[in-house]
This record gives sequence, C-alpha cells and structure tokens, in this order.
Amino acid sequence: MRSKILQYLFVWLAIAACEEFLLEPPVENELLDGPIAGLSTSQQQVFLAGDIAFNDEIFGPESGLGPIFVSTSCGGCHAGDGKGHPSTVLTRFGRQDGTGFDHLINLGGPQLQHRAIAGYIPEEIPSEATAITELIAPAVTGLGLLSAVSDQQLLNLVASQQTAGIVSGSLNYVKPPEFFKPQSFHIPNVDGDFIGRFGKKSGAIDLLHQTVNAYKQDMGVTTEFDQEDPINVQVSSLNTDPIADPELPAATVQNVVFYLQTLKAPIPRNPDDPLVQSGKLLFENIGCANCHLPTMVSGLHPIEPLSEKVFHPYTDLLLHDMGPQLDDGYVESQELSSEWRTPPLWGIGLSANSQGGAIHLMHDGRAKSLEEAIVLHGGEAATSSTLYQELTTQEQQSVLTFLRSL
Amino acid sequence: MKRLIILLLSTISIGHTCLAQETEQDSLSEITNKNALFNRPFVLQSQWGKSSTAIGGYIEGNTNYSSTDGVSDGFSMELRRFNIFLYASVGDYIKFISELEFEHGTEEIALETALLDFELDPALIIRAGILLPPIGYFNQNHDGPKWEFIDRPLVSTTILPATLSEMGIGIHGDFNLSGELFSNVQVLTYELYVVNGLQDGIINNSSGRTSIPLGKASSRFEEDNNGSPSLTGRLGIKFKTLGEFGGSFYAGRYNRFQEDGLDLDEKRSLYLWAFDYNLNIKKLRILGEWAWASINVPQSLGPAFGDQQWGAHTDLIYPIRKGDLWRWKETTLNANVRMEFVDYNQGDFVETGANRFDQIWAIVPGISLRFGTNTALKVNFRYQWEKDLLGNPTIKSTGYQFGFASYF
Repeated sequence: MRSKILQYLFVWLAIAACEEFLLEPPVENELLDGPIAGLSTSQQQVFLAGDIAFNDEIFGPESGLGPIFVSTSCGGCHAGDGKGHPSTVLTRFGRQDGTGFDHLINLGGPQLQHRAIAGYIPEEIPSEATAITELIAPAVTGLGLLSAVSDQQLLNLVASQQTAGIVSGSLNYVKPPEFFKPQSFHIPNVDGDFIGRFGKKSGAIDLLHQTVNAYKQDMGVTTEFDQEDPINVQVSSLNTDPIADPELPAATVQNVVFYLQTLKAPIPRNPDDPLVQSGKLLFENIGCANCHLPTMVSGLHPIEPLSEKVFHPYTDLLLHDMGPQLDDGYVESQELSSEWRTPPLWGIGLSANSQGGAIHLMHDGRAKSLEEAIVLHGGEAATSSTLYQELTTQEQQSVLTFLRSL
Repeated sequence: MKRLIILLLSTISIGHTCLAQETEQDSLSEITNKNALFNRPFVLQSQWGKSSTAIGGYIEGNTNYSSTDGVSDGFSMELRRFNIFLYASVGDYIKFISELEFEHGTEEIALETALLDFELDPALIIRAGILLPPIGYFNQNHDGPKWEFIDRPLVSTTILPATLSEMGIGIHGDFNLSGELFSNVQVLTYELYVVNGLQDGIINNSSGRTSIPLGKASSRFEEDNNGSPSLTGRLGIKFKTLGEFGGSFYAGRYNRFQEDGLDLDEKRSLYLWAFDYNLNIKKLRILGEWAWASINVPQSLGPAFGDQQWGAHTDLIYPIRKGDLWRWKETTLNANVRMEFVDYNQGDFVETGANRFDQIWAIVPGISLRFGTNTALKVNFRYQWEKDLLGNPTIKSTGYQFGFASYF
C-alpha cells in the first residue's frame, strides 16, 4: 500500500514539476518582433494574420513564387523583423541619360531577380544599364510610427534645417501608384506627386506601396494591387508565370501592411547606464543628431496606438547628400544619386541577431562594424564623422555603447 | 408487391449462391455475373473455414505541452495514427500484406503498404506492390508501439523521408550463415527494389529549403514523373549477440526534365545513404541511424536550398524495473534517452564565407512502461536547439509529452 502511494506521489510530482522546466521568454527589449502596446483584440487578430503572412508564408512555384525572384518569403530578407543579410541583397539597375533616369522597365528593371525556380533562368543585368546599386533589406520594426508622421512635419523639418544651415535634408516626391489612397496628412506637390518616406532613397510613399513592390520585385508574387509579374527579357517580354494573377489576395497584403504598421518600436537597453548617457550626449554634440533626429511625433492616425505619439527613431526621414563615396549613381525618383534617406537607428544594437551574428551596415552592408559605418559617412555627415574620429578612444566607446543600446 | 417480388428473388439468388459455395464446386460457369461480388477467394475460404486472412493494426496518440523561446500554445492532444494491417497467405509461398493509415483522425488517409511476396527460396523472394523502401532502419520499422519515444527521429522523417511508400518491384532475402564461415554472424539480409522515385517537390515547394519529404507526390503510385525509376537497397548483417548493422541507399532522378518531347530542365538526381544499428550490449539497447543526402539543386534557387544534408539519431534504452505493476504482469519500465541532430544545408555562404546553418539538435530523455512487447505508455521531455539558415540566435524549445501506443 505504501509503495503504491509513493508511486502515485512520484507521478504527480513529475507532472507538477513540468512547468519548472519550460523556458522563460527572452527579455522584451532583446527582440524586435511583437505588437505595439494598446492594440485591441480585433487588431491583435489582424496582427497575427499579418505576422503569419510575413514570417511563415513561404512561396513556392505553385503559390506564385517567381519565376524569377530574390527571396521566397518576407521573412527571408527580414529575419526576426530585423535587417537583411548579404545573401538576400537587392540589386537595382537603370540608366542615366540626357532626359533623366530610366529604370529600364521594358528590360526587366528596376530590380534584378537573380534567382529563378527550377527549369527557369534567372534575370541578368542588361548591358544598357549604367547604374547598379545593391541594397540590404532594412529592419521593419516601428514603421507604423514613421508612417504616421505628417507630411507637414517633414516639410517643417526641411525648412528648419535650411534655416539652421548645418545639414540640408530634402524630400523625394514620388509618382503615386494607382492604388495609393492619400490620407489627411499627405500633401502632394504641384505635379500630384507625394512625399516618399520608405526605402533607402524614399522611393515608396507608404507601407502599402512598399509592400506591394516587395511582393512583386523581391518574390515575384503578384497582388490585387499590381497584377504584373516581373519580366525576364531573356525569356520573353511577356508575363511568363503560369500561375493565374493575382497570386495573393488584397486581404493578405493588407494584413501584412497592418502587421508592419503595428510592430512595436525597438526598446532601448540600459538607457540609464552612465556610459550610454555620456555616449548619447557625445552623439548629439558631434552633430549626428542633426540627421539622426532622436525624437519625432506622429500625427493623427486611425490606429490609436500610432496616433499623436512621441517616439525615438533617430531619423529625420529626409534625404541627405552622403558624398561621392556613397554615390551609387542610382536614382529612385527625383533625388540625387548621392542622397540617402537617414536610416532610423533604433534597433541597430540588435542587428547581429538578424544578420547571422555579424553586422552588415550602410545601404549595401559594406560596413562590418558600427565604427566603420560612422567613418564611411561623407557629404553632409562628413563633419560629424570627422568629429567622431577626433574623440578619445574612451569617448568613441561611449558613442558605440550608446548605439548598441538602441 | 413489386418490392416483395424483388426481395424474394434476391433472397433465393443469394441462398443459391451460398449453397453453391458450400459444395466447393464453384466455377465461373456456375456463377452468374450478378453474384461476382461474393465470388472472391477470401469469401469462399472464409465459408470453408480455411481463411488465411488476418487483420490487425496499431494506434498511437499523445499529449503535447511545449514552449518555443518561452512562448507556449498550451496543452493539446493528438491521435497520431490509427493504422490497419491486412495480411493473407494467398497461396504456397505467396504472401500479401497491406497497411492503411489514418493520420490525425481522417486528416490524412494513406495506403502505406500493399504488396505481394513470391518466395522462390528464403534467399530469393520477389516483392511487388506499394512497398517501403529499405532506406535506413526506421522507414520499414516505424510502428509506434515498437519505439520508446513519441516523436519520430528528425533524421528519419526529414532527411530520410519516412514513412516513404513507393510503387516498386524487386527482390529480397536472407542468408542464414550460422555455423558456417562466420561463427558469430547469424544472418545476412539484402533488399533491392526499383521504385517510381521521389519527385519535384524536393525543390518545388513552399518550405523555402530543399525538402526530401516533400518529394512524396501523391501520384507516385500511379506513374513516374520522369520515366526514370529510382533504385533502393539495403544490406544488413545480424550478429548473434551484438545485434544488427545495416547500410542502405536510395538513388535516382527526381525532377520532370522532359515532357512531350520538350526539354524542361536538367536531369537532377537525389542520392541518399544511411547507416543503421540496433544493438544489445548487456541490458542496454542502442539503436539509431545516420543519413546523408546529396541533391542536385538548381543554383538559381539560391543558398537557402542546400545540396547536402545529413543527420543522425541514437536512442539508448535501459530497463530499470521488470515485474508486476498494479494489475499488469511482466511489465518493463525503461529509462530512455534520444540524441539527435540534423543539418539541412551543409556549406558556406558565398557572400560572407559564414556557415549556412539550418540545423536542429535535440535531446529527449524519457521513460516508457511496456506491457509485453505490443503496448507502451511513454513520457518524454524534449529539449531542442534550432539555428536558422543565417545562424541567428538559437531558438530553444522544450516540451513534455505523454503518449500511448499499442498493436491490436
């Protein structure tokens, strides 16, 4: 009898101990993914649908992949919602001629799809291209807050920078696609073009624009918003994908857009650490914060957690001339080829977590450390770069510690 | 009235048929076409009391409670499989066996085996039908009640694509060597089959990686996608005291490279090699398999689609208590541990020179309570580490399972 009681006791103790062996979740500020605080249950359901479409849905030939592509899924370029890896670098090409910049659409531009499904040949850069650029996919966290900044705020920033005369940010006006629906905070120019704010050169007006382009150019997947597959002129100038278009319904695209809008902003680590604090002060003193603006405020937005919020992206969302060393000769819309949109620095300290343990910074991943990235800054950022290099080693370490805390 | 007449006629007709069968004098000439439904050997044999048909099967199910990076979907239960076997000795030295599988209820219903063995000699048996290619140890030996663990080994299911059934034909046999040249060797076994082969899903899939299991097209029992069959075989050697070792292979072209006289792609081949063991060292049982895959993958698919994969698992099983337990006689309580590893993408990135990971390691301690050899209760704890292709921070999973499995 005693033995039986012990046996029962052992079984129940074993069951009770189960919870103890399950892992604890990682600390929230070590992760880029997760929703912004304050979403309703209905919004969390849409977030989940978008999360699945973004991170779990992998395309194959039967679900519309390609036939030429760069990656098989959104998550393939943005692992853990973070920065991309050199193996999924995006190559864009075009031609500068007397009339302007030609994206060589009829020759398969603007983006190279250097991969192809079995039995199909990948695209090659046409000989007509004179400008070729390579782009590492950016992190996608906090994009909703950036998308909720009003055009008026960006126009004000341009004006204030011109007045201050230290840096001179500019805006890229982009011809809107047919599916673009302006919000109350969008302000067109006289030509009916709108301010671009997403992409390395601000080539996309809003997250729907960016997402539809990514499905098409990165995965070769057509959507209800854009039903034309990328063409490979080595095969035909016609659509040669056997899958009926659209390959993805509007609902999935919109779920992904909602997911991108409501991904939380990266959470800083050790913000109160004295070394981080001193690094932040130096960062501002040497002028980095002129472009990597620490604080922005979102405008009115239908998604309440994005509406009128103060946030800290370390970007001004404006284009800046980065000098001849970073001039790739490529133009998205109306910007100079040496101009790049200030990338947000939030989350930069977690870059290695999505880039395979190493870091690949700047637009094409050429910088293999934060320090190298700072030194590569030229043009409007040259003074700050020089000032950084003139800091003592200890001061430089403070700046780097601050950046890693973001 | 009309219905009554039809019913009477039917009754007379069936009665007449049964009478005819009982006389054991049936012939085609005496059976009407209408009664062909009952004019089948197993019906006749059954009525004569000479049936050789046996029915059996197994059932396995379990609970799941796991978390990945600390996030759990809670507790759930699943009925993994309910499989039915049908066996018949259909004539002198001719055997039939089949297995019908119901996975997760009726989510997936599959005919896993349906074959005939024609025994010319124990050393030469011709096998034809839907068979289990002898690649590795697990594919032919996958019944839940035989194993001490609830989950199937990763190497056996994701690199060797168990359970793999194929339409094929070939030979197998045993050579009893005891008392001859090698005094310690008990038996040498061989199997060699030609099968339709795995298909394009290995690379044309929505998993974003080379996946050999996804090459199992549902049409593989009907036709070969490329008219180029695959070859599979295994050589096993069983020692009297130690146990059995086996070496096996599976090779063939997997893609549709030609159709209607048109060249659609290069000819792409798949090679699988496996080494397996099932050993007894005193009370300790050691079993496992190692497998390597080499796949001709189009370079155009990019580095996520690996052309070399490998993996291994080893199970250690040790009986810690034998005897009566509560109302059951002769039970065995085993302490078990499984160690397993798979690498879905061997090689380095051209762009960075860094390793392509896409790997999983796991260790699974557990206990199993056996009621004879046919029934088992199992408890497993799984600790798993997973690295994505790029080698980003390891995804850690832990989980508990309680399972049951039994032949019937």
